[in-house]
Amino acid sequence: LGLTLYAGQLCAVSAADFLYHDYCVIGAGPSGLQAAYFLQRAGRDYIIFERSHAPGSFFALYPRHRKLISINKRYTGKSNSEFNLRHDWNSLLSHDRKLLFQRYSHDFFPDADAMVRYLEDFASLLKLRVQYNTAIVHVMLEKDRQAWNGHYFLLTDQDRQNYKCSSLLVATGTWVPNVVNFPGSEYVEGYETVSINPEDFAGQTVLILGRGNSAFETAENILGVTNFIHMVSRSRVRLSWATHYVGDLRAINNGLLDTYQLKSLDGLLEGDLEDLAIIKDKKGKLHITLRFYLENRNTSGGIDSITLPQDELDNFATRAPYDRVIRCLGWKFDFSIYNRSLRMMPGKGNKKKYPQIKPSYESRGTRGLFVLGTASHSVDFRKSAGGFIHGFRYTTRAVHRLLENRHHGVPWPSTVYPITQLTNSIIKRVNEASGLYQMFSVLADIILLRENATAFEYLEEYPVGVLAELEMQTGRKAPGGLFVIIMEYGRNFSGADKDVFYYNRAVGEAQHAWQSNFLHPVIYFYKQLPTEREMRLQHPDWPLPRPDAVHHIVEDFLTDWTAPNAHILPLRRFLENCLSTDLRNFFAESCFLFAFTHRKLPPFCRQGYMRLQGLLGSEGLRRHAVEAGLLEDYTLTDFLGDGTPDNHKGSQDQLLRDHVIPVRPLQHLVNAKDE
Amino acid sequence: MSAQKDRWVSSFSFLLFCASSIPMWGSARLLQELSPQEYFSSLQAGRASLAYFSHNVSPGAQPFLEQIENSAEALQDYGISVVKVICPKEDVSRYCGKENALRKAYLFRGNMLIREFPTDALFDVNSIVANVLFALLFNEVKYVETLADLQNIENTLKGRLNMVFAYVPAIGTAEHRAVMEAAFVYGTVHQFVLTTEATLLKDTGDDEPDVSSARLLFCHCQWATDLAQPCRRTAMGQALTMLNIHRHLKLMGAPLVTEVAEDPEKVSTVHLQLGLPLVFILSQKETYEADRRTAEFVAWQLLGKAGVALLSRDLVDLNILLRSNVALKTPDEGVPVKYLVLEDTDEVITLVEDKSKVKQIQEEEEEEEEEDEDVKENNNQDIQDDQVVEAVSRDKKRELPLEQILVLTEETFHSALMETARMVVLFYASWEAVSLAVLRSYTEVADHLEGTHGVLLSRVNCWDWPGVCTEENVTQFPTIKIYEKGERSVMYNGMWGTEELTSFIMLSRVPCPLKLATIDEAEGYLRGEFPSELSSYHHTSLLGVFSTATSEAREAFEEAGSILSGHVTMGMYFEDDALTLSRKYAVSPPALLLARSGGRSVEGITLSKQNAQDMVQMIRYELLDIFPEITVQNLPRYLQLRKPFLILFSDGDIGQVESKEMLKLAKGRAQQEFVACWLNLKKTPVGRGVLKAYFATMPSLPVLIWVNFHAGGQVFKFPSEQSITELNILSWLEKLKSGLEVPSSTLSEEDWKPPLPAYDFLQMMETAVPELPLHTPQRHGDTPVAQRPPESPGGITTTQEEPSRETKAEKMGPSGTDLRGTAPRLAAREKQGKRHSEL
Repeated sequence: LGLTLYAGQLCAVSAADFLYHDYCVIGAGPSGLQAAYFLQRAGRDYIIFERSHAPGSFFALYPRHRKLISINKRYTGKSNSEFNLRHDWNSLLSHDRKLLFQRYSHDFFPDADAMVRYLEDFASLLKLRVQYNTAIVHVMLEKDRQAWNGHYFLLTDQDRQNYKCSSLLVATGTWVPNVVNFPGSEYVEGYETVSINPEDFAGQTVLILGRGNSAFETAENILGVTNFIHMVSRSRVRLSWATHYVGDLRAINNGLLDTYQLKSLDGLLEGDLEDLAIIKDKKGKLHITLRFYLENRNTSGGIDSITLPQDELDNFATRAPYDRVIRCLGWKFDFSIYNRSLRMMPGKGNKKKYPQIKPSYESRGTRGLFVLGTASHSVDFRKSAGGFIHGFRYTTRAVHRLLENRHHGVPWPSTVYPITQLTNSIIKRVNEASGLYQMFSVLADIILLRENATAFEYLEEYPVGVLAELEMQTGRKAPGGLFVIIMEYGRNFSGADKDVFYYNRAVGEAQHAWQSNFLHPVIYFYKQLPTEREMRLQHPDWPLPRPDAVHHIVEDFLTDWTAPNAHILPLRRFLENCLSTDLRNFFAESCFLFAFTHRKLPPFCRQGYMRLQGLLGSEGLRRHAVEAGLLEDYTLTDFLGDGTPDNHKGSQDQLLRDHVIPVRPLQHLVNAKDE
Repeated sequence: MSAQKDRWVSSFSFLLFCASSIPMWGSARLLQELSPQEYFSSLQAGRASLAYFSHNVSPGAQPFLEQIENSAEALQDYGISVVKVICPKEDVSRYCGKENALRKAYLFRGNMLIREFPTDALFDVNSIVANVLFALLFNEVKYVETLADLQNIENTLKGRLNMVFAYVPAIGTAEHRAVMEAAFVYGTVHQFVLTTEATLLKDTGDDEPDVSSARLLFCHCQWATDLAQPCRRTAMGQALTMLNIHRHLKLMGAPLVTEVAEDPEKVSTVHLQLGLPLVFILSQKETYEADRRTAEFVAWQLLGKAGVALLSRDLVDLNILLRSNVALKTPDEGVPVKYLVLEDTDEVITLVEDKSKVKQIQEEEEEEEEEDEDVKENNNQDIQDDQVVEAVSRDKKRELPLEQILVLTEETFHSALMETARMVVLFYASWEAVSLAVLRSYTEVADHLEGTHGVLLSRVNCWDWPGVCTEENVTQFPTIKIYEKGERSVMYNGMWGTEELTSFIMLSRVPCPLKLATIDEAEGYLRGEFPSELSSYHHTSLLGVFSTATSEAREAFEEAGSILSGHVTMGMYFEDDALTLSRKYAVSPPALLLARSGGRSVEGITLSKQNAQDMVQMIRYELLDIFPEITVQNLPRYLQLRKPFLILFSDGDIGQVESKEMLKLAKGRAQQEFVACWLNLKKTPVGRGVLKAYFATMPSLPVLIWVNFHAGGQVFKFPSEQSITELNILSWLEKLKSGLEVPSSTLSEEDWKPPLPAYDFLQMMETAVPELPLHTPQRHGDTPVAQRPPESPGGITTTQEEPSRETKAEKMGPSGTDLRGTAPRLAAREKQGKRHSEL
C-alpha cells in the first residue's frame, strides 16, 4: 500500500508529462470492460483506452453478416443463475441482473448489434472509466526499481499524449485481418469489406479462401444465388461438434457442407494458399494457378503465356474460372504498438496470431503485462473457451484475483469449511459452477486441506496451468495436500476426425467413470503441491501432472451430478480414502452410541453432534434407516434382555429373526474397518 | 484278532493326522484284477477282502463297478483289499457260475465268507465302507432295535466302560460310515451301540428329536454307580463326521477337571488344542473342597464346550486381584488370560457359551463375507452405507406436507422479510441429504407452530437460488436463520430436531435479556408466568439483577443474552428497587437468580465475571442439572465438561431410593470430579446398544457404570450384589481409583477409517494404458530427465499414440451391461459389439 502511495506521489510530480494510473487497460471490448468491472469493484485506480467512440468496436463491424454464433439460451428449466451462465455465452460477469444478455436479445443466435448495445450499457450502467477516441499507438517501458514490476508502462496515444501505468492489461483482441501474399492477391476481396448483399453475387462463381466460421458464414449468405462456391484451405474442416471447440465450424454455418456432400456443385478443397497464384483474364475472370508456374515463366509473355494447371492436368479441380475470390482468413493480434523492449512475441505454429503468454495470462516477455480476452487464447487454443466471451469473462476474473494478491495483499477469495462439507462443496460446484464448465480443463477449483484434515479451504476457478505457484499466486497455504476439481471430456473423444456419435459412447456405470466421454468432473488429489518441474513434464494429454489419486464423476446426460448412489457415493469414497477418514453422515442417535463406545468419533459426529448440532432426524427417516439396516432400533429388543416368559418364545424368536438382518450391516457400520 | 486290530488302529490314527498329506497312489491301481484261482489262493488268514465276480462283459453292473473301484482306496486304509475276479467264460463254479452271483459282492476274512452284499446296497463309497465295516465290526458295534436292548447294554456297562450311542436314520449313509470308522478306532475303548430306530432317541431325553438327522451321544457309564439311574449323557452338537466324532470322543476322554499349579498362560490342555476355551476356577487351600465341587459342576455343564481346570492360588504367584475367582483362556494365540469376578456358576457358563456363540457367528459371517468378496469383488462399494442419505432417498417418493412453509426466491426474499415480524428461513439444497432430513423436521415444526402469531416459516432452496444464499452468508447446508423485521438475524445453532427448533423459535420471540420493569414482573418472571408467551414452555429462568451503578456487568449480561438468545430465557432488572429483590434472595447485585423449571426454588449467584464470553460459559454451566437424565439431545452438553460419567442405566424411571442416593452423591464433594447421571432405557433405547457394547450380555437393570471417556476409556460396572447407596458407591470409586477393580470393557480407540475402498481409477487407467507416461519421475528425483519439447506443434506426438491407446481402452471398456447409460439409449438392447474403433 505504501508503494501505491509512493507511486501516487511520483506520478503527481511528473503529472505534466504523464497521466498516471495503477492499471491501464487497452481496449473497451468485452474483456477490457470485464477487467474494468472487477477493478472498479475492488476500488482500484484504472483507466480503459478505447480508440473508437464506443465500446465493442469490433462487434460494430463483425461478424459482417451480423449473426453471433454464441448462444443466448434463455430457458434451461432452472432458476440457478450461476448454472444458467453455463448456457449464456454473451453476458459479462456482474452483480447486476439487468446486465444479462437475454434482456438485450431474444434470439438464440443474437444479432451483433445487440452485443454493441449490451457493451455500451455495461460500460455506462456500471460507470466504468473508459477514455474513448484514444488509440494507443506506442507502448514502452520505463525502468524504475520502485515500480510494482520494476518498470512502468509508458503509453502514447495518437495525439502524443503520454500515460504511465504500473500494470498493463492488454484487451485489444485480435483485429488485424490475416492476409496472404501471393501473385494475384490484389484481386482478392477481404471479408472485412466484401459485400454482404447476396444480390451482388447472383450468377457468379466464387472462391473463398479460408475454412473458419467467417468463411462459412460468407458462403452461407450467398449460397442460394451463386453458380457455385469453392472453398480452399490448407487444413481439413474441423467441426465444432466433433472437436468440442466452439471456435471450429459451428453447425449453424455449415450449409456449404450439405450442398457439397449432396453434389450441388459447391465444394471444399485442401491446398496451401502460399502456393497459390491468381491471374485475371481479359474478361475479368479469375484463374487459379500455382506460384511455381509463375516463377518459371518468361517475363516477356502476356497473360496467355502463363501456364495453368489444367494445361498439364486436364481434370484439375479448380480449372473453372471464378468471378470473385474472397479472403476469410481470420485475424491476428496487433503486435505493432509494442516497443521491442516489451518482447511481445508471437506464438509458435497455429498460435502465431496470439502473443506468447504464461498460463497466468502474464506476458512471457514483460512482467506486469497481462493479456486478456481473445488475445489470451494461446493458453487454451482449440481446447477450451478462453478466446470467447463465455470463457474469458472467467479468466479475466482470475487475472484480477492474481493481481489483487500480488499488488494489494488481498489473497485469493476462499471459504473455509469443516471437513464434513467436503463432498457437498464439490457436488455444489460441479453442478452449478459456470467457470469450471465453460473453461473446462483450464480453470480449476482448488481445495486446500488444513493440517490434520479437519477443515479445508475452497478456492474457485484458479488457472490450473500455474498450479505449482499456487501459494505465491494466491497467498493461501496448502499444508495438508489438495484436491483439484476440473471438468474434462474423454481423453480420446474430441477431434476433427472423430466419430462422436458411435454406439455406446456414453458410460453409465460409476465404476467405469474414468472412461466417460462427455464433459464430466474430474478430481485430482495431491499430497503436496506439484512442483514446476512436474508441471513441465506432464503428459500433453493431461491437464495436470500425475496425481496421488484421481476420481471421475461419471458423465451425466443431464449434467446433473446429484445422484446419491452414482455420483455422490463414489465421490465420498474417493475423498474418504484420500483423507483416510469416514465422511458419512450419522443421525444423533448413532453419534450418541459412538460417544459412549468409542474414544474417537467420525467427523460428522465430532463437528455436528458434539457441538450440539446433531441431526436428530424425524421418526420416519429413522425408521427408513432401520429398514435399510443402517441403524439399529433398540426399542424392538426391549424385552429380549430380561428373560421373557417361555410361552412367548416363538414370537420372540420371530422378532429375533426379523431383527437379525439389520444387525449385520450395523456391525459393519460400527466397526468401520478397512479390512 | 485283537493284535490285528491294534495294527488297524495305529494305521488309522496315522491316517487321521496325515489324511490330507497322503499322496494319491497315482497310477498304481488299487483294484486288483485276478482270476478265480489266483484270488482264492491269495487269501490270507485274518485279512479281509471284498470281491466281486464278473465275466468281462457285464454292462448292467457298470455304475456299481465304478463305485466299488472308488471305494478301494478307502477300504485299503482299513486293510481290506478289493478284488475284481474275472471269471473265465466256461467257469460255472459257485461264484462265477450263477447269473445271480454276479450281482453281488462278497466279503471274505481269510477264506471265510462273512457276508454277501447285493449290489444295490452298495450304491456309493459311503455305503460300501459303512457296510463292509459294519459286517467286520459285528462284535464291536451292537445294533439295537428296542429300548430294552439298549438299557440292557447300558446296565452291563455301568462301572466298566463308557458307551457311544449313535442313531442314524439309515444304514449306508455318510453318517453311518463315520460312526463305523470311529468304531474301528475306538471300538476297544468304548462300547458302540447303533440304531436306526428313532424311538430310541426319544428316550434319551431329547423331546422332539429330529429323526432325519443322525445323533451321537456319549454315555458316561464308567463312572455310573447307581444302577437304577441311566448313565449321564453328553450329546455331540456337531454334524456326524469322522473328525467331529473323533474330537468329541477325545474331549469325553479328557479328565473332567484338570488340576494345575502353574501360570495359566503356560497351561495347555486337549481343549485348547482342539480350539476350545479353558476355564480356570481359582481356588485356595481353605475353600479347596468347595471349589473342587464347583469345578466339577461347571465341567459337567461345559462338557464338550470348554475345559475346566482347578488352579490353586497358593501354589502359583499370580499378580491379579484377590477378588478374581475365574479365569478364561481362549485358544486364540496372543490373547491374554482374562481374570474375572463372577458371582455364580451360571455366569461362567454364559461366559463360555456366549463367547462360542459369538465366535461361531463371526466365523460364519467372515466366511460369508469372504464368499461375497470372492463373488462380487468390490461391488458393495456401490451400496449406500450412509444412514442419512439412504433414509432420505427411501423417503423421497413421499410428498412432504410443505403447504405451511413459504417458498422464497431471489425475487421474493427481501420483500417477504420486511412483511413479517419474525421470519424463520431454512436454507437448504434439494440434493443434499442432511438438509432434506432437516426439512422433514422443519415440516413438523411448522405443524407445532401453526397459528402462532408473528412467526412465519419459509425456505430457500440454494440449488435454485444460490445468489440469496451467498448474500446471506450461507456456506453450509442446512442453515436456519431467524430474521426480525428489518433488524437483525439470528443463526440457529442447536440440534436439528423438531422440539429443539420449535423451542428455539418460541424462545427467541422474547428479547434476550428481557427488561423487566417492576418487581412484580420480575417475580412473575421467576415463577415462569411472565412473559405469557413462554408460560407453556418449561424452562429455567435466569434473572440478572443489577443496581444501576453496575453498568459494565449489565452490558456483559446483555451481550451474553444476545449470544444465548433462543436457548435460554434471560431477564434483567435494574430499577431503583433492585436491592429489594436481591435482599429477598440474599444476593448482592450484580447477581443472577436462577429458577429451575419444575423445582420452584430460586438460586442466587453473584456475578463476578465481567466479560460476556465468561458469562455465557457460566450460564451454560449453571443450566446443567446436578443429576441429569442423559438423553441423545443433551449428552454433548455433559460431555463438554470432560469428566468421567457415573451413569445409572435404568429400565424406566429410577427408583426413589437410588435417585436419592445418587443425588446425595452428586451434590457431595465428588461433584467436581465426575458427572453423576442416569439414563432411561425406555426413553433412550439406544442405551441398550451402549450396554451391549460394554457387556456381552445385557446385565440386570438398573446397572451403575463408571465410564472414563477421556483418560483410558475404561468402563467399570458397580457390583450388582451391592445396593446403590452413596457409601457403597464412594468406597467402590475408591477401589477404582486404587486400581483394585477390573474394567468390564475399554472404549475402542480405533480411528474412523474409510468404510470401503474407492474405485482406483488411477490404477485402471494405467493398466489400460500402460505406455501412457502418467508417471512423473520421483518427486525429488535427481536423475536428469530429457526435456520434452514445450509444445509439439500440430499435436503430432499425440496422434501417433492414439491408435494403440484406443484399442487398449476398448478392452477395458464398460462391460456393456449398463442400462443406466446416460446417452440417448433409452432402453437399448445391448449389442455385444465392440466399442467404436477409429480406423
